Amino acid sequence: MIIDPIKNGIVIDHIKAGKGKEIYDFLQLDELNCTVALIKNVPSKKTGKKDIIKIDEIINIDVDVLGYMTPEATVSTIKDGKICDKRKIELPEMLKNVIKCKNPRCITSVEQGIEHIFKLTDKENKIYRCIYCETKAND
Amino acid sequence: MKNLLAITDFSNKEIDELIHIAEDIEKNPAKYQEKAKHKKLATLFFEPSTRTRLSFESAMLSLGGSVLGFSDANSSSSSKGESLSDTIRVVSCYSDIIAMRHPKEGAPLVASNVASVPIINAGDGGHNHPTQTLTDLLTIKKEKGRLDNFTIGFCGDLKFGRTVHSLIQALARYKGIKLVLISPDELKLPDYVKKDVIEKSNMDYVETDSLEKAMPTLDVLYMTRVQQERFFNEDDYLRLRDSYILDMDKLSSAKKDLSILHPLPRVNEISIEVDSDERACYFKQVYNGRLIRMALILKLLNLI
Repeated sequence: MIIDPIKNGIVIDHIKAGKGKEIYDFLQLDELNCTVALIKNVPSKKTGKKDIIKIDEIINIDVDVLGYMTPEATVSTIKDGKICDKRKIELPEMLKNVIKCKNPRCITSVEQGIEHIFKLTDKENKIYRCIYCETKAND
Repeated sequence: MKNLLAITDFSNKEIDELIHIAEDIEKNPAKYQEKAKHKKLATLFFEPSTRTRLSFESAMLSLGGSVLGFSDANSSSSSKGESLSDTIRVVSCYSDIIAMRHPKEGAPLVASNVASVPIINAGDGGHNHPTQTLTDLLTIKKEKGRLDNFTIGFCGDLKFGRTVHSLIQALARYKGIKLVLISPDELKLPDYVKKDVIEKSNMDYVETDSLEKAMPTLDVLYMTRVQQERFFNEDDYLRLRDSYILDMDKLSSAKKDLSILHPLPRVNEISIEVDSDERACYFKQVYNGRLIRMALILKLLNLI
């Protein structure tokens, strides 16, 4: 399969295979008017398979979201057909309004207008906890 | 401005300072009886807890201050749909310090983000109850003369018991504490407390389902109530409620200087016959609770 190289835009590479669609949705890429390619199951030497997202426009990417969903990904900015910036994503220390606490006893379940904030409490095991009730993300 | 939302908000040094003040208050009550004169404590109890509220109110009155507030959510504007943040903003204008209990976990953190006066967490759902932990620490200090190098057994509901989690978290910062975790399988201490608190601080611990076997090794026994409100299923509650009842028979193998603590209220997990045993400290805890809350109010109001 051949996808045209982009001249000015963003490439999110090394996405864990199968995660691409989730990231596409999370970043709300469907709302963009430019060309966006979601390529699934691309052969990878490191991981066997990976997903790639190509966006034919330079936009701001929410790195916190990416870091949480696929910390092994890289984000490259392409200008005039050349990579001008390549960043490896890391687990963010804090997630603000990325995910919601599912604990029905948490204050965030009733209080209007407060930010949903999770803190990285265990980097090794990628564990985030709600700063209000300390419940693990996705528990 | 300092708040007390969780016991970890205070360092060991600050806790030692509070205990020292509380002990001095006990010895010299007259010295403190007007320390908080013209200061107002708001007790905002969005869920009822007569004991804790009265303890705070008694503490403030003993310091010469005054109190205002409500004792359940129905008599506050939250019953009309007002947000917690708005309630706290308003009450900040009427008071110098706020003690709040709320059924939702993390509510005191939300409150502290908007308050212009110090916030004391008087219990947020099954999450934290730091003034109970301070009460427990003061009681242990007074009974044992130290906060390090002893064996403490926690018995009953170790899964939902927030007082247990908080006390373990506080004790993890002292040396030579051995934990004996006594509970049925269904109510064992959650893995995250074991992993994040006990193992991280290299505390010695054993788990057992037998109170009798653990008894001779203990210097302190912390009993807990199996709380119905923490269960979704009534059958589970009824099945486990009577699992661990402390009576004189079980106490026969205990050390002579054992200290028995309980955050109260008790249902039937400690037989009434134990009350007259000199090892029973749970009513002393209530008394100590007022002292440590007095010390806490003074500290947060910078009156000491």
